[in-house]
Amino acid sequence: MLLQQDVSTNAKCYHCGDACVEDRIVLDDKQFCCNGCKTVFEVLNDNDLCDYYSFEATPGLSQNKERAALFDFLDNTDVCKQLLEYADSEQERVTLSIPNIHCSSCIWLLEHLTRLAPAVISSTTDFGQRKLTVSYHTDQYSLRDLAELLDRIGYTPVINLEQADEHGTRAKTFNKTLLIKLGIAGFCFGNVMLLSFPDYLGISTLEQSYQQTFRWLNLFLSIPVVFYAGSEYFVSAYKSLAQRFANIDVPIAIGVSVLFLRSVYEVVSGIGPGYFDSLVGLIFFLLIGKWFQNRTYEALSFDRDYKSYFPLAIQTKREGGFVSIAVQEIKKGDEVLIRNGELIPADAILIDSKAYIDYSFVTGESAAVEKAKGQYVYAGGKLSGKQGRFIVQKPVSQSYLTSLWNNEAFTRKDQHEKLVDQISQYFTLIIIAISVVAAVYWQLTDPSKTWLVFCSVLIVACPCALALSTPFTTGSILRVLGRNKIYLKNADVVERLQKIDTIVFDKTGTITNVSEKDICFEGEELTLAEQQMIIIAVSSSTHPLSRFVKSLLSNVEASDYSLESFEERVGAGILAQVSGVTVKLGSAAFVGLGASSTDHSASFVYLRIGSNYRGRFVVKNVYRKGLKSVIALLGKKFKLGILSGDSDVERKNLSSFFPKTTPMLFSQKPDDKLNAIKEMQAVGQSVMMVGDGLNDAGALKQSDVGVAVTEDVSTFSPACDAIMHADAFSQFDNFIKLIKRSKYVVYTSFALSLLYNVVGLSVAVSGWLTPLFAAILMPLSSISVVVLTTLLVKFISLKLKL
Amino acid sequence: MSVILVLIITSIVVAVLFLGAFLWAVKSGQYDDTYSPSVRMLFEEKGKVKKDSPPAEPTD
Repeated sequence: MLLQQDVSTNAKCYHCGDACVEDRIVLDDKQFCCNGCKTVFEVLNDNDLCDYYSFEATPGLSQNKERAALFDFLDNTDVCKQLLEYADSEQERVTLSIPNIHCSSCIWLLEHLTRLAPAVISSTTDFGQRKLTVSYHTDQYSLRDLAELLDRIGYTPVINLEQADEHGTRAKTFNKTLLIKLGIAGFCFGNVMLLSFPDYLGISTLEQSYQQTFRWLNLFLSIPVVFYAGSEYFVSAYKSLAQRFANIDVPIAIGVSVLFLRSVYEVVSGIGPGYFDSLVGLIFFLLIGKWFQNRTYEALSFDRDYKSYFPLAIQTKREGGFVSIAVQEIKKGDEVLIRNGELIPADAILIDSKAYIDYSFVTGESAAVEKAKGQYVYAGGKLSGKQGRFIVQKPVSQSYLTSLWNNEAFTRKDQHEKLVDQISQYFTLIIIAISVVAAVYWQLTDPSKTWLVFCSVLIVACPCALALSTPFTTGSILRVLGRNKIYLKNADVVERLQKIDTIVFDKTGTITNVSEKDICFEGEELTLAEQQMIIIAVSSSTHPLSRFVKSLLSNVEASDYSLESFEERVGAGILAQVSGVTVKLGSAAFVGLGASSTDHSASFVYLRIGSNYRGRFVVKNVYRKGLKSVIALLGKKFKLGILSGDSDVERKNLSSFFPKTTPMLFSQKPDDKLNAIKEMQAVGQSVMMVGDGLNDAGALKQSDVGVAVTEDVSTFSPACDAIMHADAFSQFDNFIKLIKRSKYVVYTSFALSLLYNVVGLSVAVSGWLTPLFAAILMPLSSISVVVLTTLLVKFISLKLKL
Repeated sequence: MSVILVLIITSIVVAVLFLGAFLWAVKSGQYDDTYSPSVRMLFEEKGKVKKDSPPAEPTD
């Protein structure tokens, strides 16, 4: 929907649930908003698949939009080979990414594909990743047929260069290893606890013989935990020490090794039960913390580069006409044919007389740019309207836009020092100092206790609770934000966000809403007949402004006027002859008004019917909802900035609600944006970049935190640290407040865990640390930190109404 | 051997079996997608429609 309109009745589309506003389409007593939805319903109805509508009400997605998915490139066997997971002479298997999967009805329909296409052997959805795996018989069916079938029922697969590269296998091993470690640690923890109980509860002399057996069993059970499940703490500690730095894993590794060695010594020499339960419990809790923090959004991708926008193959001229050629093989001088809705994959020169190119992926600007014959066209633009032929000037990987990825910002490694690691520097030193001092003291007073005290201090000081504070705080924050449609790449982003002092916005697509335009007519009211004529005239035009005019008039009844002649003049407007009346729509000069207006805050379409000038249509950008209040609130706490790729026509509008001192840079190229961010960082600012298009990709990467704003989180967003749904924009200041406040949650839990450490240390120093005391204190400290942080984050988010 | 030791060993063996089952489940990808199976099991097959047996290849 391009425009909000009064809905005459509250009829809802049976398929997608959108309001039915245009010509009513009724079939089987069911109403549809558009022919697309009706077609999907008919396909399903014919194949007895209407159960689709019984799992959820109006499960479909609106088909009322321009769709121009063309899959003829799938006829190219090389392209198919890149996509297929398995192929033999009889069947093929492929995994396709389908962002439209959103409910249980989708799963049902997609898993019953075989009813729509008998050649399909099986189809399985992966809801988390929004993927569909299909096997089919190759003799009756092809990948192209499959893609077209899915497109027809509203589940258009997204097939691009990136997927061909990774071949449908997303590395999930990390997550799996963590789960396995967690399982093993949990298993051992339970059994060790059980076997430790007799020692705590006291054991009768009769059963003394069991005691030693139980202790040995504990020893064996803790071996896989220390050497497998806990191995990463040793590795990380070693790595950080090699860099002469003590991160939080150093005291953990010291604690774990001392616990283990001391316990082994006690069991082997038969003097005590050891601390196996504390040891195993500690690692188990640490792993839980890691797992909780490791919240991933599988359906989202934070590392997209240009490859995920670019098509797999393109129509290229070879002897005997145009054939699909894989984009990597396109060379300078090739002639390519780009059709409506297709992306131009390489810098090229237009050889047809004109073409409209929509750079919204690149710049966020929705109005299509008109290009004339011989003009240079940058890669990344989407052709809208009539097809065009181009001569490629640079191969895909060296194009203007893709060369941005050669910038060092994209190879830079993240060197971010975590708060907890800063603390652990001092922590480690203090603990070692305390243990040495205590050992020396006991050596002088009671040498028999020296080693016990030395070990006890290192054991009890193991900063388990300290290490859990941040994971559970950030983990809870990630969940709260995810619920509000803002998705962070990982937990580190939360900490980096704390330091932000500058927020830089891109304009088009970020603070303006590309999909909506504010359009109105200025002039004497148009009669019904005039409106009907205008509709006829603009219907034949593919210019985006014509579409906006048409959408304004979409409520007007159909007429029987006929179009006698139609002419579209590049850069001027359209001239139509409707039932004998001349209708002229276009620039001021085109309709004979002389010079065009100097007011650049909006686009104008002037209208002349017959010999009368009738007025003009005004098309304005729409700012995102709540922008004013968000900017006002953020302006009090942060330095703001604007980096826009557009010319500065909207400077006046913007300065009305941005603070006076806000630097506004216009006409910025992608690498200008990147450099502007770099300059701010050079003077010590910590910058958050909020952008949306591919042209912001460099700036998003260079900034300390890059936030991508998008209307549809599962499809298009450049590489970034956070993806924000456009709906969440009005809450932006609240998100930042929540993250800023989470700092205090971490501080509070640090204080609590240090308090536990002080208690534990005083017991340990005085030589009273028993295994039972350790087994109670250590889990207690961990659990109370977990509960405290989770509740505090919940409390804060409730207060902020998130 | 005393009965307690027998019981302890039995219990650990049983627990190891469950651990093994868990590891197998993780490795075979049963935790990859935790949503669709919960919905899939509620779908009713309508009488005459016969589904070819799908090849049971794990997708990982």
